[in-house]
Amino acid sequence: MTSICRLALLGSCWLSLLLVFSPPPTFAQENPYFVAYDHYLEEPGNLEIEYFSTFGTQRSGNDFHAFWGEFEYGATAWWTAEFYLDGQSTFQDSTVFTGFRWENRFRPLKREHFINPVFYVEYENKNGADRILKEGEGHDVESDFLVSNAEARKERIHEIELKLILSSTFNGWNFTENTLAAKNLSNSPWEFGYALGASRPLALKASAKRCTLCPQNFVGGVEMYGGLGDRHNFGLHDTSHYLAPVLAWNLPSGWTLRISSGFGLNHNSHRFLMRWGVSREITGFGSMVSRLFGGRK
Amino acid sequence: MKAIAAALAVSTSLLAVSILLAQERNSDKQPVAAAPKYDPAIYAELQKAPEKARNRANPLQNDPDAVAAGAILFEQHCAECHGDSAEGTRKAPRLRVPDVQTATPGTLFWLLTNGVVRKKMPVWSKLPEPQRWQLVRFLKSLGGPTPAAESPAPKP
Repeated sequence: MTSICRLALLGSCWLSLLLVFSPPPTFAQENPYFVAYDHYLEEPGNLEIEYFSTFGTQRSGNDFHAFWGEFEYGATAWWTAEFYLDGQSTFQDSTVFTGFRWENRFRPLKREHFINPVFYVEYENKNGADRILKEGEGHDVESDFLVSNAEARKERIHEIELKLILSSTFNGWNFTENTLAAKNLSNSPWEFGYALGASRPLALKASAKRCTLCPQNFVGGVEMYGGLGDRHNFGLHDTSHYLAPVLAWNLPSGWTLRISSGFGLNHNSHRFLMRWGVSREITGFGSMVSRLFGGRK
Repeated sequence: MKAIAAALAVSTSLLAVSILLAQERNSDKQPVAAAPKYDPAIYAELQKAPEKARNRANPLQNDPDAVAAGAILFEQHCAECHGDSAEGTRKAPRLRVPDVQTATPGTLFWLLTNGVVRKKMPVWSKLPEPQRWQLVRFLKSLGGPTPAAESPAPKP
């Protein structure tokens, strides 16, 4: 069964690569965050295919490499939908498919304001071996990951996650604050978490020449995230927290590369998380599909 | 079992999509149809710019590189919907029209910043302010008396 899952995942990755190489390039202006979200949604009709990796160290256990693919679609200018497939490899243990997520982000306000809210709703269907650390929530701590993959994947998790994203852009800087509330549907209490981010392009003016290494193509910043306990025990007690410098490079060819080194801020956190990612945007994906199914030319 | 089914479903979907995209690439070779006509009311969004925003001057008005930089930005972010020469497409209106060309730089900057979210135009405040002003310079250059002198920068 595991080999079928691996095969399916591998197949998805290869086919994604095929997809990525097929369409004409478009320049993406992506933020550098891995965990935090800003208020910018995917452009309507565009599909962004993303691959991300997280290498994490583990005290008293085996280090791991978690990975996930994202398919992000701009349904309208105020609604973005996203589908994730997650997996992980634990060194000296095994590689497992850990589940999928279905995420939606909604922008309630028509215009740009000093603070721009976005509502986030996500359904997660994953197993206990999930290690992508896409958010910090509740009392998640490093020692949770000491369980072997074979044991951890027996636990099935159906979770609803809600976020309020408050983001501002000022003088080229983006500041974002995400508040998270997550509920495991198997009668667990609400858990809470946060993510904060700040980022800025290395140059604000665009160059009059086409270039790959121009400073305006790089966006640097920092993000911080962690858990805030649960409904019965709200606060910082028994929670993990991370601080991570982040960097994105938006290439004129349409690719975006991201890298981040995260550092655990307390003894409950993994000491070090190395993340990297690559993404590519397909413009006009929605209208392509629509026309192929008989939509307007 | 459900996980396997989900992974296989996604793989199959991806295969279908890649085939569709390949077909679509071939269909792109068809001659380009004339730009669609728009209800003039679509430009009414420009009238919604507040007075203060409308009166803002372009700080890059005298920057000699602004039009060329704006042309590259337009190609990267706007041409997909508005057309390579801003001639308009099925998705978004023509920008070489008097409503746009007579609008003040501040009005165009305001529209870029806020988008028209309910009518598919995204918010472009993720582009830093100077880049939005560069785009405004380019847009204003489209309807100028000597467009050849301020045409988009040639591709290398």
